Amino acid sequence: MIRSIIHILHGTYTQLRSLVMVFSHAFRKRDTLQYPEEAVYLPPRYRGRIVLTRDPDGQERCVACNLCAVACPASCISLQKTEAEDGRWYPEFFRINFSRCIFCGMCEEACPTTAIQLTPDFEMADFRRQDLVYEKEDLLISGPGKYPEYNFYRVSGLSITGKPKGAAQNEAAPINVKGLLP
Amino acid sequence: MATIHIDGKTYEVDGSDNLLQACLSLGLDVPYFCWHPSLGSVGSCRQCAVTQYNDENDKRGRLVMSCMAPVQDNMWISVEDEEAKKFRASVVEWLMTNHPHDCPVCEEGGHCHLQDMTVMTGHNKRRYRFTKRTHQNQELGPFVAHEMNRCIACYRCVRYYKDYAGGTDLGVYGAHDNVYFGRVEDGVLESEFSGNLTEVCPTGVFTDKTHSERYNRKWDMQFAPSICHGCSTGCNISPGERYGELRRIENRFNGEVNQYFLCDRGRFGYGYVNRTDRPRQVLLDGQALSIDTAFARLSDRLKARRLVGIGSPRASLESNHALKELVGAENFSTGLTQSEQELLELTLDILQNGPLPTSTLRDVEAHDAVFVLGEDLTQTAPRIALAVRQAAKGKATEIAAGMKIQDWHALAVKNVAQNALYPVFIASTQETRLDDVADTLHAAPADLARFGFAVAHFIDNTAPVVTGLSNEVLAQAQSLALSLLAARRPLLVAGSSLGSRAILEAAANIAKALKNREKAASISLVVPEANSLGLALLGGKPLESVLDLSTADALFVLENDLYRRLDAQRVDEALSKVSTLVVLDHQQTETLKKAQFVLPAATFAEADGTLVSQEGRAQRFFQVFDPTFYKPGDQVRESWRWLHGLSSALKGQAIDWTLLDHATEACAAAVPALAGIRDAAPKASFRIKGLKLAREPLRYSGRTAMRAKINVHEPRIPQDQDTAFAFSMEGYSGTQELRQQIPFAWAPGWNSPSAWNKFQDEVGGHLRAGDPGVRLIEPSGADSHWFSVCAAYQPEAGRFISVPVHHIFGSGEMSALTPVMQSRIPAPYAVVSSEDAERLGLKDGAQVQLRSDTQSLTVTLNLSTQLQPGLIGLPVGISAIPVKAGLVIDAIEECVQ
Repeated sequence: MIRSIIHILHGTYTQLRSLVMVFSHAFRKRDTLQYPEEAVYLPPRYRGRIVLTRDPDGQERCVACNLCAVACPASCISLQKTEAEDGRWYPEFFRINFSRCIFCGMCEEACPTTAIQLTPDFEMADFRRQDLVYEKEDLLISGPGKYPEYNFYRVSGLSITGKPKGAAQNEAAPINVKGLLP
Repeated sequence: MATIHIDGKTYEVDGSDNLLQACLSLGLDVPYFCWHPSLGSVGSCRQCAVTQYNDENDKRGRLVMSCMAPVQDNMWISVEDEEAKKFRASVVEWLMTNHPHDCPVCEEGGHCHLQDMTVMTGHNKRRYRFTKRTHQNQELGPFVAHEMNRCIACYRCVRYYKDYAGGTDLGVYGAHDNVYFGRVEDGVLESEFSGNLTEVCPTGVFTDKTHSERYNRKWDMQFAPSICHGCSTGCNISPGERYGELRRIENRFNGEVNQYFLCDRGRFGYGYVNRTDRPRQVLLDGQALSIDTAFARLSDRLKARRLVGIGSPRASLESNHALKELVGAENFSTGLTQSEQELLELTLDILQNGPLPTSTLRDVEAHDAVFVLGEDLTQTAPRIALAVRQAAKGKATEIAAGMKIQDWHALAVKNVAQNALYPVFIASTQETRLDDVADTLHAAPADLARFGFAVAHFIDNTAPVVTGLSNEVLAQAQSLALSLLAARRPLLVAGSSLGSRAILEAAANIAKALKNREKAASISLVVPEANSLGLALLGGKPLESVLDLSTADALFVLENDLYRRLDAQRVDEALSKVSTLVVLDHQQTETLKKAQFVLPAATFAEADGTLVSQEGRAQRFFQVFDPTFYKPGDQVRESWRWLHGLSSALKGQAIDWTLLDHATEACAAAVPALAGIRDAAPKASFRIKGLKLAREPLRYSGRTAMRAKINVHEPRIPQDQDTAFAFSMEGYSGTQELRQQIPFAWAPGWNSPSAWNKFQDEVGGHLRAGDPGVRLIEPSGADSHWFSVCAAYQPEAGRFISVPVHHIFGSGEMSALTPVMQSRIPAPYAVVSSEDAERLGLKDGAQVQLRSDTQSLTVTLNLSTQLQPGLIGLPVGISAIPVKAGLVIDAIEECVQ
């Protein structure tokens, strides 16, 4: 008998407590953001729209090595290597089919030149699926993105105009094959 | 056989192998660099170390280099031993101290033996803090790129280039860390087999420059097992496609044919497939039509007309047979001129009814005396020349065996032999690129044949005698005959490249003579084009006999440029009378430009079909890619599909060849000699574990983006009804199940061409499922008559008789259309003997005009000390120079500057 009275009293209390808690939210700060009027905060490492960046000298970073394409689990990246007159490799075309992209960031992880980067931007919705196919001109930005310093061709890679053999990091000057010294 | 114990397990292995071979043959992964199945062991890289124990109780063991350790019975070794693993990881780390960090911009990346071995040994972090040595690169010509920084000094390149292929212009210079592999100075690599460097080099020092132009990784290519169309040798190739372009040709291992190597014509001569001027639409008088309209119009035009068909030795058997069915056997021509066809028929007759078996390409290397009669092999069937070179070097293995040195001990074998060679004799009109391993005789074609007849007589004196030979030539013939008789297995190589019937007759006599003396000899006859022998087995009339056309006739020309075979005047005359000229081809040939109807034919990369190589091996080539995937309106189809479709339309029947198998079956059923082609490759219904075979590697990328520019909605991938292959990565691509037809070499952990290990019964041996192809010709020995000796060559005063000079780059019709070949194709020239030039007062390099009764040509004059007076050598297939052998030049005059 006493046990059931305690049960009823406890039930009444929890009901009232819930009512108070719910109504108290009317006076608290709103959690809902009034998007799009209010901008959403995205952390810098948010994985959104993919861009192709340039090195500090303003040259395209992408060397068309195809590693992003092969790392992509949705197989939504395709590109074609070509060579500039100075000897740099670069993509003749670079295409990402964002209607297939899952923004997993594996392309960025695979990229040896920090060319491909995911950015904190998700506002890519479009009316036509075809418009979600981004070509190089849609992807390439004019800055270095998250890695302001890195320049692949200064660290290693082939010799190009302005960076002869032996001029990369940790490289000795080319050997004189005709030299007689041991 | 020997029993060895590896990591506690017991295996039976070949006792004559080294440990590395034995381990790889067992399917174990032992990393290595300097060893190569065709080059043997030198033990220079130290990568293949394993631990050897004295017996089962020995727990300490000692490190041995497995490539230098012969297999011994009851041997105890460990691959997985910690010390051995550590040692191998250190070796890779040392090799990598100087390796540049440039894999992203390296063409080898993704099919790199160094990458594979580094991953296999577990090295992943550079600890060495000091600088990397660098080297300047060299410009090595249009085919091979050079990036010396990547070198790990395994010495494979020079061992291949100098020791195996006989090249002289690539060497190793410097000492210790400085060693440099290259030429003395920049310049085009001279060897006709330089392309193999790209596969022999375990890293990216030598890479395929033609591929680099339009580069993509190996994992991104679509492959199919294919057959090289460059010459009649029938090498197996693995062509790769990306974005609708043929990007690269790699070697496809066939243990009976080309094994690990190709020639440069085969490897780099694929550019014609990608030409933008190729016919891709059905054209009626220059106007594009849909396929249905074209069929309707064409059948209207063809009804109640006599149809005449001209086939081609560069088209598949199926296509030629489809044409024969369409026009009827009495109206079908092989597309060869009378003289070409006679030579081809004689060749076939010698192979079918002669006494000697044809040698497979691999077996050529096992002969111990070779007589090459009238062929410049390096130019006409280059891969055979490379095999003949190995035959000559077989002497070294024999000497070594006598001293109990195993054949894989490459340096020991080389040193003990001191350049000793088995006898090779080359009788040719001029110097050849094989002369460095041979004794030679240079004479006019008729005299070469007479020399051959003389050799036959010296071998077996019942053969007809040759009279009137000089004592010097007789002595040469006699000594050659003696060395052929002294050999265990002599090989006779001849062919029709000089256009001389007498040479083939002489070869037939030598074959009979060798048989009469009961020698275990073989023969190898070179024919001009990829499917020449298939066409000979199929049969048909010579070109001239079907060209007497009337205005009521409709003429079909299948993948054949008549202007390359007959005088332009003669062809013009014949074509002008035809009411309807239908040309099926994949290139803008002169003949195609005259056509009313153009049906765009598929090249080897877009078609399936069967070819018969010069050894009589029927081999199937498979479609690499479907061009309509990227170009939806593309109308390129296999010739046999066009022709059978037309034939059905004309007969008002339903099309009953819907599969390649139907076309092959029809051809095999119609021609008894070709019955074997059914078994040349598995049928379309072939499955492994219920799967089709994958054309694409598992990592094939970009599938949802590569076509997204055309339309983001992805169509179903093309369905291949014709073959057991899928245009997809989905399908079987493993190594465990038996399969002969392997589109690309890949096995888990093995991305480079070294992955062929995983498909072979023993490393460097044969494919586990058997080598692809079926031999159609076995000699009956029925023909027992001797050919009589031909007349001697008589120079005529004031006149020159032309002899064809073949060029590996340029003489093949298709290689000449390949843009990257252009710089290697000689400019139009003529070569005469120095004596004639002196008599006419002409200098080397002069611009001269050649006049015959029908035409005149302006060419550069070259002089030769070897060519006989009265002969004029004209390069075959070079534009503006007539192809015909035996052309008479009445006058050579210097052009006024």
